[in-house]
Amino acid sequence: MTAVIDKPVRKRWAAPPRPVWDEQPTKVGLAGKGLVLGLACFAILFPLWIVVVTSLSSRKTIDEAGGLVMVPKGITFIAYKELLSGGQVTRATIISLLVTLVGTLFSMAVSVLCAYGLSRTGSLGHRWILMLLLATMFFSAGLIPTYLLVQTLGLTDSYLALILPSAVSVFNILVLRGFFQGISQELIDSARIDGAGEFRILWQIVMPLSRAVLAVITLFYAVGYWSAWFNASLYLNDQDMMPLQNVMIQLVQKQEAPVGLGQAIKTGQLSGLAVQMAVMVMALLPVAVLSPFVQKHFKKGMLTGAVKG
Amino acid sequence: MSHSTVPRSRTEADTTAKTPVASGGATGSGEKRRSWKLSLWLRFRRDRVLLLMTLPAIVLVLLFNYVPILGNVVAFQDYDPYISDNGVVSMLNSPWVGLENFQRIFEDSAFWQAVQNTLVLFFLQLVLFFPIPILLALLINSVVRPRVRAIAQAVLYLPHFFSWVLVISVFQQILGGAGLLSQLLRSHGYDGLDLMTDPNTFKFLVTAETVWKDAGWGIIVFLAALSSVSPDLYEAAAMDGASRWRRMWHVTLPALRPVIALLLVLRVGDALTVGFEQILLQRDAVGPGAAEVLDTFVWWNGVRNQDFGYAAAAGLVKGVISIGLVLAANKVAHLMGEQGVYKK
Repeated sequence: MTAVIDKPVRKRWAAPPRPVWDEQPTKVGLAGKGLVLGLACFAILFPLWIVVVTSLSSRKTIDEAGGLVMVPKGITFIAYKELLSGGQVTRATIISLLVTLVGTLFSMAVSVLCAYGLSRTGSLGHRWILMLLLATMFFSAGLIPTYLLVQTLGLTDSYLALILPSAVSVFNILVLRGFFQGISQELIDSARIDGAGEFRILWQIVMPLSRAVLAVITLFYAVGYWSAWFNASLYLNDQDMMPLQNVMIQLVQKQEAPVGLGQAIKTGQLSGLAVQMAVMVMALLPVAVLSPFVQKHFKKGMLTGAVKG
Repeated sequence: MSHSTVPRSRTEADTTAKTPVASGGATGSGEKRRSWKLSLWLRFRRDRVLLLMTLPAIVLVLLFNYVPILGNVVAFQDYDPYISDNGVVSMLNSPWVGLENFQRIFEDSAFWQAVQNTLVLFFLQLVLFFPIPILLALLINSVVRPRVRAIAQAVLYLPHFFSWVLVISVFQQILGGAGLLSQLLRSHGYDGLDLMTDPNTFKFLVTAETVWKDAGWGIIVFLAALSSVSPDLYEAAAMDGASRWRRMWHVTLPALRPVIALLLVLRVGDALTVGFEQILLQRDAVGPGAAEVLDTFVWWNGVRNQDFGYAAAAGLVKGVISIGLVLAANKVAHLMGEQGVYKK
């Protein structure tokens, strides 16, 4: 009985049978490969482990360890509780979440529409529009002219300055377009014969068939908005408007205490280091949770983009 | 059909009545030859919804990618940002100075320092970063257990999605003056060291950060290329007595060649752009002597010193050389028989 239950679990870990012409791997070779791969994963995960563990440690544990904590001794959420009970970091987190949400929705709407509009070769102006978009991948207007433009448009000190200038990624549009072009034309034609308009075809046929690539591109845009800090530092003057990344620059890289928590860090049981780490965890958590789910679609998305682009 | 919208079906009927060819409004590739016969107006009628769909993206691209090109005229001005809050008004009222800004740039030792730092970083990254994704991809590709492969990929891709602020914060916690390395050294009686502020090792630090963040992500393109190699080739090679290494040399690497060439072309074309956000975040800690690259030079002079004409001139020099590099890199790729970014 147990063997029957165990079987599917074991199969996922086991190596599939090798073709007859392939040599069996040597022990040394296998060990070497495992070592290199293990080291690479360790180099990525170990720093993150330390950050997470330290953020969850009490002041006493951190003081005993002389700084960063490698082995957790009791878990406390005091740093998170302080940071999320209103104040600078709470506000910045909400701002970042909202900008990411609104920006991603806007970018996706614009990009999906454009990709579908360009997905039929032979439609009017198709070549010209494609050239117009592609050319932007070879030049950039430059920082200063872009800055002057945003200023002229009156977008400074507005969240629109964090969304509009970076709303469209030509690369993402090309990936979407490549995927849309792979959808069977017969299906679209039959929907049209049934009387569906372009918007309806896009919404009810093309988009449900493109869930994989839509997930990937949504992740790309969302990560872009979530990670952005430069436009905020350039176009926003009000410190209270800053998103999480900019606050992280202040707290971690410039080692400032979060507004309102300075006293608690000096006297109380709150550790300044744990606060820094907690901010970092808050910045990495959404990304680290979401990206593995989309992972299996990465190759597909990148491949269609590379081939058709 | 009950859900067909009235205006749409009327258009459909109109078009069909006038030109039987355009029935349904579809333009598959087979119909392409016939469709050019349609008058421009009819093609517009047929595709107007598609055009409408592309409009928002076109407006945004024109506005934020093309319109700012005109703003480069400030490179030929002594631009005064205090004339007005409106950039265009300031532009119209600033005095023209011809090529004076460019003259100043070429006499500015800070500019040449930035050029030098940019080029050194580019070559460091080319040598130390570029081969790593290729090697990692070969390694992952040789792992046959699906579960091991999926987990390794998930871990390796992860840092790509971290922001630069986070990556540098992580490095600071490990390598900084109060970081883990110093902490360990001190607890064993040595002096702590701060690699985050050391100008001598800064360029290696920047390269290490880039490797940590993006080397894993870089393998995707190579994995895609590797998965498109027919297993028959390996079998045939093995039948002819080729060992594992010979198969890698004669089958795998030739399959990767076009991808490697394409990425090299892209990298060389982008040589003057070496991690603007990443370096800007660390510029203050290390100092401009080691950390100033062309992009941060533009930022410093324009945004910080408000010397917009001068900064725009430096940006323009960089932009023009970059376009030249893209074209040259493609030319070289074509001469070597590779496809490059665009076809000949």
